[in-house]
Amino acid sequence: MQKVIALSALALALACGTAHAQYSGGVIKIGVMNDMSGVYADVSGPGGVEAAKMAVEDFGAEKKGMKVEVIGGDHQNKPDVGSNMARSWIDTQGVDVIVDVPTSSVALAVNQVVKEKNKVFLASGPATSDLTGPQCSPNLVHWTYDTWALANGTGKAIVKTGGDTWFFLTADYAFGHALERDTAAVVEKNGGKVIGKVRTPFPGTDFSSFLLQAQSSKAKIIGLANAGGETINSIKQAAEFGITQGGQNLAGLLVFITDVHSLGLKTAQGLIFTSAYYWDRNDASRDFAKRFAPRYKGHMPTMVQAGVYASVLHYLKAVEALKNDSDGKAVVAKMKEMPTDDPLFGKGTIRADGRKLHDMYLLEVKKPEESKAPWDYLKVRATIPAAEAFRPLNEGKCPLVGG
Amino acid sequence: MFEIFGVPSQALFGQLLLGLINGSFYALLSLGLAVIFGMLNIINFAHGAQYMLGAFTAFFLLQYLGWNYWVSLLVVPIIVGIVGIIIERLFLQWLYKLDHLYGLLLTFGLALVIEGVFRNYFGSSGLPYRVPDQLAGGRNLGFMYLPNYRGWVIAFSLVVCLATWFLIERTKLGAYLRAATENPTLVRAFGINVPRMITLTYGFGVGLAGLAGVMAAPIYNVSPQMGSNLIIIVFAVVVIGGMGSIMGAIVTGFALGLIEGLTKVFFPEASNTAIFVIMAIVLIIRPAGLFGRTA
Repeated sequence: MQKVIALSALALALACGTAHAQYSGGVIKIGVMNDMSGVYADVSGPGGVEAAKMAVEDFGAEKKGMKVEVIGGDHQNKPDVGSNMARSWIDTQGVDVIVDVPTSSVALAVNQVVKEKNKVFLASGPATSDLTGPQCSPNLVHWTYDTWALANGTGKAIVKTGGDTWFFLTADYAFGHALERDTAAVVEKNGGKVIGKVRTPFPGTDFSSFLLQAQSSKAKIIGLANAGGETINSIKQAAEFGITQGGQNLAGLLVFITDVHSLGLKTAQGLIFTSAYYWDRNDASRDFAKRFAPRYKGHMPTMVQAGVYASVLHYLKAVEALKNDSDGKAVVAKMKEMPTDDPLFGKGTIRADGRKLHDMYLLEVKKPEESKAPWDYLKVRATIPAAEAFRPLNEGKCPLVGG
Repeated sequence: MFEIFGVPSQALFGQLLLGLINGSFYALLSLGLAVIFGMLNIINFAHGAQYMLGAFTAFFLLQYLGWNYWVSLLVVPIIVGIVGIIIERLFLQWLYKLDHLYGLLLTFGLALVIEGVFRNYFGSSGLPYRVPDQLAGGRNLGFMYLPNYRGWVIAFSLVVCLATWFLIERTKLGAYLRAATENPTLVRAFGINVPRMITLTYGFGVGLAGLAGVMAAPIYNVSPQMGSNLIIIVFAVVVIGGMGSIMGAIVTGFALGLIEGLTKVFFPEASNTAIFVIMAIVLIIRPAGLFGRTA
């Protein structure tokens, strides 16, 4: 009997430990959902979970008496798997916030579930700008990048340097379509012309047929509206079929540092792309990368992993200020109200439509002889200031934005 | 230049040639599957993983031992074949008497394990493998620029396919094999070591997958999921050709490559599904496959 009383007293003591704060289930549970095993696994995958854990540690949750738990899940790039996982995480496992979720089609599905359940969705991985457009939600923060920002960064830079006719190789799902649409708009706005496109089945490995169609279109620029392994294979095969030697240029619209790593500098050199984070940019970004690499196979972090870290950090700050994590809308409102400040993205803000604003960078892949160390792959060609980097608030058609 | 259905014939020829290149991979892989199914009655779902193993082995040989592509072409099928033999001795040999389903489940499980292990150590973006210097560059055929390496892939896989067909359908060894499949007890009575022959056959089929892996390494990225991307299509090819039919696998492999190539021009979005539509139609009209013999 005594034992039972002692145990209940202990349980009570544990429960009251954070009595001043109302965390649902007594714990803040972070669910990192991404592609753990498929084409995008290197872009975030288990590294994303690691980044979230680092954020919790750096925030000092334990010292502050906040109990935070991080779990990971594999959505296999399938919207139905993703939305079912989101449901069961929230309903049965008490997950308070879902983080990352690359693959736009899955992110759009998860976004609906999170909104319906009034939890929080910190999107780092997905690209589609629809998340802060027609599909925007009071429960969402879209942190790292989006198709509009990529198109704006890379598309504008290329059209301005003479690449004014475009042919798109588009991955045939939500992400590819959004990226193609946003880039085409930028190209046309800057005086260029889109002369053709082909939608490639996702996921695919052989792009030679589509590249040949692009070649016969005589467009100056072949825009790759795909990502990960698909981009790698397209770039490789374009070199193989002599497309770049023939005077046409490739524009990688979404390229990650892991893609460059996989292609090797010899094949990838000269490629221009837009990114929200590069590890070797300043001391703070280097410091994070050097702590991250030993924890994850020696890889330098991608911008998606950096976004997971920064968004979780900001989320925890908001929850700490509110002392409550149960009302997703309130947490996101608090996140929007507080200015953001983290070592990777610097100072920034979150807009009413959920869009996180920070500088973007136009990067170029170095020549093999310019690279001094492993992962020394990129140089910053231009910094796109936060105010210009993202779609203007009034153009997104987000219902949350009045007027 | 004339046009066919609104597509310039130049572009069309190019696409057909590309289809043929993809077809040669389908043929080579489905050939191995057909040999294994025809002789062992095992549905080898690990074929994709073994193909991936071939590509990775070639990568390791180059990276750590400096052995070039040509050496790999010879050595890798043997190494991967030996891995296959070990798998057969350890697991598969106990399953011959059971339903097909057990072999399928076992090899499927093995494939997941092998891919998982490689993904864990090498990530999913893949590793680069360079085209051998002798085959670098390409030539202009008038209607398209053909990389030399791709031309080599068509020619070499055609030779390998026909040699395998000849070995099994036209030589004495092949006759023993086929006889052992029909009636193992009787063939044993003639003093032939049937279990060893079966083991070697599995090793040979797996070796073919390894060979396809080496040939694919310079074209696609060497990545853990390269096999799972292909295996389902290859199974469809085998089903269309007729399970276990060697010639069926070869002809269907190339033919479906061509058809897929055409869909990529006329209806790109459907190019991944075209093969399965054909499979469904063939199964309705000829359930045993185009070249299959009904039992």
